[in-house]
Amino acid sequence: MSSSELAVAVSGLSKRYAIRHSVNDHITIAELAVDRLKHPLRRANREQFWALRDVDLEVRKGEVLGVIGRNGAGKSTLLKVLTRITEPSSGRVDLWGRVGSLLEVGTGFHPELTGRENIYLNGSILGMTRKEIAKQFDSIVDFAGVEKFLDTPVKRYSSGMYVRLAFAVAAHLETEILLVDEVLAVGDADFQNRCLAKMREVATDGRTVLLVSHNALTISTTCNKALLLDRGRVGGFGESKGVCELYAKRTNEATQTDLSRSRSISVSGEYRLVWANTITNVTREDEVKRFEFSIEKTSITKTKAWVSINVVDEFGRIAVVCDTRSHDYYLPDSDLFGFEVVLQGPLLAPGAYRLDAYICGHGLIDAVEDLCRFRVEASSALQQQLADISLPHTSTIPQFSVHSKDVDCAATIERIAAGGRV
Amino acid sequence: MTMPRPADDVVERPRPRLTIAPRRTWLPRNPRELWEFRSLLTRLAARDVTLRYRQTALGVTWVVLQPLLGAGILAFVFGRVAKLPGPRGVPYFVFSLTGMVAWTAFSQVATRASTSLVSNAQLVSKVFFPRLLLPLSTVLSTLIDVVVSLALLGALLVAYGVPLRSSILLLPVWIVLIISAALGIGMAAGAMMVRYRDVQYLLPVAVQFLLYASPVAYALRAVPLGARGVYEANPLTGLLEGVRWSVLNSPRPSAGLVAYAASASILLLLAGLLFFNRVERQFADVI
Repeated sequence: MSSSELAVAVSGLSKRYAIRHSVNDHITIAELAVDRLKHPLRRANREQFWALRDVDLEVRKGEVLGVIGRNGAGKSTLLKVLTRITEPSSGRVDLWGRVGSLLEVGTGFHPELTGRENIYLNGSILGMTRKEIAKQFDSIVDFAGVEKFLDTPVKRYSSGMYVRLAFAVAAHLETEILLVDEVLAVGDADFQNRCLAKMREVATDGRTVLLVSHNALTISTTCNKALLLDRGRVGGFGESKGVCELYAKRTNEATQTDLSRSRSISVSGEYRLVWANTITNVTREDEVKRFEFSIEKTSITKTKAWVSINVVDEFGRIAVVCDTRSHDYYLPDSDLFGFEVVLQGPLLAPGAYRLDAYICGHGLIDAVEDLCRFRVEASSALQQQLADISLPHTSTIPQFSVHSKDVDCAATIERIAAGGRV
Repeated sequence: MTMPRPADDVVERPRPRLTIAPRRTWLPRNPRELWEFRSLLTRLAARDVTLRYRQTALGVTWVVLQPLLGAGILAFVFGRVAKLPGPRGVPYFVFSLTGMVAWTAFSQVATRASTSLVSNAQLVSKVFFPRLLLPLSTVLSTLIDVVVSLALLGALLVAYGVPLRSSILLLPVWIVLIISAALGIGMAAGAMMVRYRDVQYLLPVAVQFLLYASPVAYALRAVPLGARGVYEANPLTGLLEGVRWSVLNSPRPSAGLVAYAASASILLLLAGLLFFNRVERQFADVI
């Protein structure tokens, strides 16, 4: 029975890094020698860091396994060990089949070489034989759409062409086991779709795929099984849906504990956030988002103050930073006032978000994390491509505006009385 | 109670194609792996050669010009200014060019092999391939230069009417030994450079020093007798004398000197290879 045949077996896998402390960080041999002479008996003061600890894992042939976890959970280290870039400290990995990897698109591309030369070079770097490359050459060129520029050095390519060619070479690797690290977030939406289509083709080919991501959506829609890594250890393993739910739950737990400390950072407190509201709790990704804030002045101050509002996603990543300074909005000199931030872009990927707000002047005046929450749901147009596209999560330059607003003092007092005070 | 039965996946499990486990060995990794990646070896070498002369006005002509210019300077300094004794029947320029071709093979392999890991750090930290391919590919790309220079030298020998003798058949042996020593040094230096970039600055100085401390532009017999012992401790001395004996029919180096030089070169190669294998596993973590 082919489905029960193993493709990857990992047992007791650990990877330890030694973090040297700056006191003993020998940049040069001379420094090392001098230090050794001064302290002949002292061992280098190193801290052990386990990037992976006792990881066990079995992947069967034809499975598409998602590896999920927060930054620094050990996902990339796992891939690096599986691809033999780095060696494990202990444990064992058995692989039944050739391993190909897409850890970073365009590794080994040389800007001075032509497209044709780079296809051959990159193909050999990825482990393809000359024959395999020759056989796939036309298909690679076709997929990348660069036939006119084959004999142009890639340094003259547009960045889009460059990435397309790089992905095309890697996508034509014909290994039984393929390791992929979130390389799909490259190129324009159209190219991303083609990449994903190619990935699905690979997966349905009966090949084994390990896909690393911190996007639960990508994992749950692309993979049938998933592995959750948590600080180097296995946090969960099984059907991808269940593992992704576990991941989301853990992430939320972590946020809840952070919340208790939301105002514990030392703040000077001349201004105080009293109230904040997302006008609609549920929006679509293509809708404008409005956030209202009320602030009171608690002491006489001449400090020029402004507010920085972070939109943070469910994984704790900052999606957007709206700094009112960029619109020349400084807090007015009045006892109670309000303002509204209207966020037009960038598009936010479907998911849950929270707002963190920081009033800044000479240092931090007030800071409130998890002021309020809202959800972004997919519009019907997006829903079709939902599985495929991962919208930008990085902090691109936001488009927003700030408007002063009259605060209904009575209403605010009512809200505060009703327990709405932050 | 069910009958005890063996766990089926233990029994049925075929031998894995590859097993990854920590290694702590001085021995080279699977040589089959090097063979599987042979096309990468030639690709890397081809890339080096292509890049070396791309966007140069004279292009491949530099392969010929470099040893010519070097030999010209050496012939002027040692032959004209210092008036060292040259060989009989051969212009000093041809004499120094012979030394220069052999020397270039050494210095180029040693320096290129030593920087091959650090200058490909991007590759080393992102993809797997036998790391040994990087220093090995520099041998291939240097060999092209050596062959071109030797052809030039041959043409000059014909032009000056220097007769070829059967000793020329040993020329490849000398070149292989010179490159072995250079590769050994280059691999060890390259492996060290991954952690300590100091080597990057130290090695060129050492190579420059060795150029003057080896009989490249002058014959061993031009060296005062008192300093001969020190000279002969340098394995390059015997090999350079061997090259000139093969090409120019200058006096044959003693059997003892040749045996010492040959075994020292092979030892350097082996030591470099063992050291490289020993530290190879840390490359991606440190580079």
